[in-house]
Amino acid sequence: MDLLLVILVDGLIYGAWLFIVSVGLTLVFGVLGILNLAHGSLYAMGAYMTASAVGLYFGAGGDAVPLGSYAVMILAAAVVALLVTPVLERGLLRHFYHRDEVIGVLVTYGVFLILEDVIKLIWGVEPLFVYEPYDLLGLVEWGPLFYVAYDFLVIGAAIVVGLAVWAFLNKTRRGKVVLAVIHDREMSQTMGVNVDRVFMLAFGAGVFLAALGGALTAPMISVSPGIGVNVIIVAFAVIIIGGLGSIEGAAIGAVLVGIARAASVHLMPEIELFIIYFVMAVVLVFRPEGLFVKTQTRKI
Amino acid sequence: MKILANTPLAAGLALAGLIALAFVLPDWALFLLTIALAKGLVSLGIITQMRAGLVSFGQGLFFGLGAYVAGLMAHFTGVTDIFLLTVLAVLVTGIVGVVFGPLLSNYRGIFFAMLSLSLSMILYGTLSKMTSLGGTDGLNVAAPTFVGYEPEARALSLSLYLYTVVIVVIAGTAMRIFFDSQQGMISLAIRSNELRVEYLGASVRRAHTQNYIISAILGGMGGVITALAIGHVDPESSIFWTISGEFVFVAILAGYLSIPSVFAASIILELVRSFSNLYFPNTWQLALGIFLLIVILTLPNGLGSLVDRRRA
Repeated sequence: MDLLLVILVDGLIYGAWLFIVSVGLTLVFGVLGILNLAHGSLYAMGAYMTASAVGLYFGAGGDAVPLGSYAVMILAAAVVALLVTPVLERGLLRHFYHRDEVIGVLVTYGVFLILEDVIKLIWGVEPLFVYEPYDLLGLVEWGPLFYVAYDFLVIGAAIVVGLAVWAFLNKTRRGKVVLAVIHDREMSQTMGVNVDRVFMLAFGAGVFLAALGGALTAPMISVSPGIGVNVIIVAFAVIIIGGLGSIEGAAIGAVLVGIARAASVHLMPEIELFIIYFVMAVVLVFRPEGLFVKTQTRKI
Repeated sequence: MKILANTPLAAGLALAGLIALAFVLPDWALFLLTIALAKGLVSLGIITQMRAGLVSFGQGLFFGLGAYVAGLMAHFTGVTDIFLLTVLAVLVTGIVGVVFGPLLSNYRGIFFAMLSLSLSMILYGTLSKMTSLGGTDGLNVAAPTFVGYEPEARALSLSLYLYTVVIVVIAGTAMRIFFDSQQGMISLAIRSNELRVEYLGASVRRAHTQNYIISAILGGMGGVITALAIGHVDPESSIFWTISGEFVFVAILAGYLSIPSVFAASIILELVRSFSNLYFPNTWQLALGIFLLIVILTLPNGLGSLVDRRRA
């Protein structure tokens, strides 16, 4: 029984993290129709930016207000989004919106290759550490177990992010415009929607969420080259399970994959990597378009 | 270009030219060509599917299976005969292709790409965790023998190169003949409109399955030769998704119109990789990425469209 609880809690923590790193990916696909292979690199940039910024913050006497480092982390993610979005979306991706989805994958594969090296050029190849935000909240005792409180902060962040995205899309005028563009791009253009701006906004939000995922992860790991490569693969699994472009789907997919992985870690550690793709393959066999996407009729 | 349109003649010329190169080129170039041609086989498999409008992002599955056939046989049974290993790799990848082919033939576009990717990552995950099969460190592969002939040093790289050349020319010729056959032409029709193909009475699923199995076998052959040439296999360098990405890169660079251009593209990639590795070791991916973006922007149909203007 204890084991079940442990699996559930670990699964939720991992699932929350997964949701944050994959929700941006599914949002970008939903709006722009581009499956962004460089998402993992943007995540890595967020992590690096956080490592540098939080390092600077504590170096400049941030010890007085240690909780301020959380604001610095969010700020770091925003800086990444502001720097990268104009270059990537305006400069490159907009030339490919009318092309095949697979071309989008390839273009972003090229961007992935470029960003991996750009990251190494900017931050070097030595690992960076920012443990301060991770230790800040102390431990939480739960029955016989101790959890790092930061892990629950990640769950909180995932809930906030999920609700914010949902509320933006469904409750605000601007969000409804985004939904209209997802539904029918040409029609919304004729109705006077500035589609270019919606695309840039959505891509920017996607970059910010990827970088935020990296920012939240940076204190938990050693920030080193290659951290983005694996992220992209699990994030893909999550959003494919949920259905490409579906926010609810990403949430369900993240929890599903999180719990499956936690279960395998505790019960059969050998299949830890295997299980994620296995869940995805099984879902796709029964629901070829993912859990939350309605099957569409073929157009001739 | 009239001469090159004649398939047997072109194959003969390619064979003669590639064999002649063996006696001029230094060792490192021979090795590079062997690897490039072997990996070109994998991309040829992607081209086979691309003609029908599908792009597999998980060809590392078959490349890795082929490579691990060489690794595991050498490790557990001591079999190093290259002919036997190639046949085994073809069998293994062929069987896996027959199993997954019909399943994947239901998927299109991004879903096909991602599902094939997930299959390759399942193999990656499994092999990384199986310490009895080398885990993430992988396995060493013994030098190949050629029906009792056990060459060493220069003779070894020469034999391996010649073997690769023969395989590549045979595979290339066979694929040209297949592409121009009735069944092969259906792929191009599917690419432009799959529903019409169904209405005309041909099976789209069958064509996709067939292409998938062919690409599986080509991937396996490429894998076994690469593993023997490098002398080592591990999950990271033979199955991981970035490897599959490179195969797609070559396929896109080449385009689906010409077969020699696939191998040319593969050689270009290996050259760019080795030279940038040599001169700017930290930014070779950057060079590769920029190169890829330029190709996609300027040559939407690939290198092959420069030679073959029929459909470009």
